[in-house]
Amino acid sequence: MSNCNEHSGMETLVDVQNLKKWFPIQKGILSALSGRKIDYVRAVDGVSFHIRRGEVFGLAGESGSGKSTIGRCVLGLEKPTEGTICFDEINLAKISAEELRRLRRRMQVIYQDPLASLNPRMRIGEAIMQGLKIHYPDRAAEHRDLVIDMIQRVGLTPPQFYYEKFPHQISGGQRQRVVIARALITRPELILADEPIAMADVSVRALLLDLMIQLKKEFNLTYLFITHDLATAKYICDRIGILYLGKMVEVGSLESVYQKPLHPYTQALLAAVPVPDPHKRRKKEMPRGEIPNPINPPSGCRFHPRCPFATELCKQEEPELRELEPGHFAACHYAEQFL
Amino acid sequence: MEQKTVKDNDVLLQIRNLNVTYKTRFGPVSAVEDISFDIKRGEILGLVGESGSGKSTMGKALMRMLPRSAKVTGEMIFDGEDVMKYNEDQLRDFRGKRISMIFQDPMTSLNPVQRISDHVVEAIEVHEPETKKESALKRARTLIERLGIARRRLPDFPHQLSGGMRQRVMIGLGLVLNADLIIADEATTSLDVIVEAKLVDQFRQIRDEFGVSLLVITHNIALVAELCDRVAVMYAGQIAEIGPVEQVFDNPLHPYTKGLLKSVPNIRLDEREELYKMAGEPPSLTNPPSGCRFHPRCPFVMDICHRIDPRLDEVAPGRMVHCWLYEDHPEKETPTIEVAQ
Repeated sequence: MSNCNEHSGMETLVDVQNLKKWFPIQKGILSALSGRKIDYVRAVDGVSFHIRRGEVFGLAGESGSGKSTIGRCVLGLEKPTEGTICFDEINLAKISAEELRRLRRRMQVIYQDPLASLNPRMRIGEAIMQGLKIHYPDRAAEHRDLVIDMIQRVGLTPPQFYYEKFPHQISGGQRQRVVIARALITRPELILADEPIAMADVSVRALLLDLMIQLKKEFNLTYLFITHDLATAKYICDRIGILYLGKMVEVGSLESVYQKPLHPYTQALLAAVPVPDPHKRRKKEMPRGEIPNPINPPSGCRFHPRCPFATELCKQEEPELRELEPGHFAACHYAEQFL
Repeated sequence: MEQKTVKDNDVLLQIRNLNVTYKTRFGPVSAVEDISFDIKRGEILGLVGESGSGKSTMGKALMRMLPRSAKVTGEMIFDGEDVMKYNEDQLRDFRGKRISMIFQDPMTSLNPVQRISDHVVEAIEVHEPETKKESALKRARTLIERLGIARRRLPDFPHQLSGGMRQRVMIGLGLVLNADLIIADEATTSLDVIVEAKLVDQFRQIRDEFGVSLLVITHNIALVAELCDRVAVMYAGQIAEIGPVEQVFDNPLHPYTKGLLKSVPNIRLDEREELYKMAGEPPSLTNPPSGCRFHPRCPFVMDICHRIDPRLDEVAPGRMVHCWLYEDHPEKETPTIEVAQ
């Protein structure tokens, strides 16, 4: 297993190398006894990337691309099948459960559905306080003040009023603010935001995005922003990685990827997003077929059955993620033509 | 608005003064309030709004599918006949033959233990008992192929198809009886963007080929821009604005539409980098604000807005807006804005 020195140094907070996560498919007892080979869902199949301190790194892809599984692995919630994940030069695979638990103070998560993330029988203040109780039990006297301060910082005023509320008594947008407050209370460095605003209404989304950007500055945060919504990603991400069927097909700065997508899949994905302007309707044809089964992915380049540029080479040889311009990587044999 | 119920050949469905009130523990909830609009033949009309705006209730009201706890009043003139006066038998024929509905999750609309072919054949047999099974099957085959699903997938069960294919089967169920109107209620919402884009192409194609009208109910404003001919914007159970898509997007009139359009993320890099942040959140319908329901969030709020609800008025040909800025009233102090065509 490799160590944490590939991208080490002050500016790299998270370093993921050749991450694989395969989930075995549970079969009946008979097929297990008959010794048939177990199939795996290759949710993540060899993904490498790093997240710099203070940046917003986006992971985008369609359902089943493996984006959420990668997020769970980075937080140590899922044990990788292969590969290494380093957080601030600490290899997550090489530390004890107790050390991992303490490390979690420095990494927190925000999920899509705030109602599912909050205990319906716990008051807002109490819910936010949980992190403090676990990680700072010796400072119990300060807990209430810290929680009140945090409720205020996420824009819920007066904080004493919200402190006593239950989740069902506040609106969806306010609940997501509570979830953000709960994540920030332990003063983490990394926030995994897994579709954090997907459930919010349009008029509320902009406010939540703005809050996340403001808090990032205030608390020197680094975000791993997981989304299927490329239009929203544009407003918050500094760099973005595009996933297809458990593989990273393209990584680069948001501007370079959106302006000059070098992988045919990224091109299709960006073109598919509807634009709120009836004068600029899409003309590009969409790729044929749908995402294949991750149990038995296509040979060579996984996108080749749907790719308009595919050749014999694409069927046989898997393309590597190559740097085609400074900081802009794509995994396509023929990416040069798009430069 | 003028009450016009004469048979007009361009208009398929006229909705006049439709109200839907749910009885709840917390008192009556007026989910749809005094809504009037038309759906033309062969048009794609977008009905857009945030959660709780009443857009889905609207769709269900058109199908006459609302539960008994919902009190529905008003008129719905479909091809010259008032659907509100239909009895159960007439309604069964109306749903399916004239109007059909596609929901967000096709898995809950399809029977998991029934083959795709049987779904389509059953729909034909129920509504056209004289049709022989053989010819029904043939019709099912032709239609499914036209919607881009291979013939060999017909004996499959719903779980064997992908999400996009299942939605196409649902469209097929609507088309097989030659319905005049298909209501798509968040039909693309749970699909991935590429699959969604293909379904959008399919919607356009069936409109062109079969001449059906589509009512696209969605929260996705960009989708409306991509697909629809006209758009109706709903807010808190009322229609804020209706008009042709290009005109509404180029020059929104209602302050809510103005704010909403500025807060939609746009993937194009050359578009503005700041999203507009609208104040507040949509109101609760158990206790809606007085006067205009948007007034607590409106940046252009006037004195009259607190007290009196404006009407949905035609302010330019084909453009209707529900706002005091464009309507006169003796109690109003500021001048009314004229909308140039």
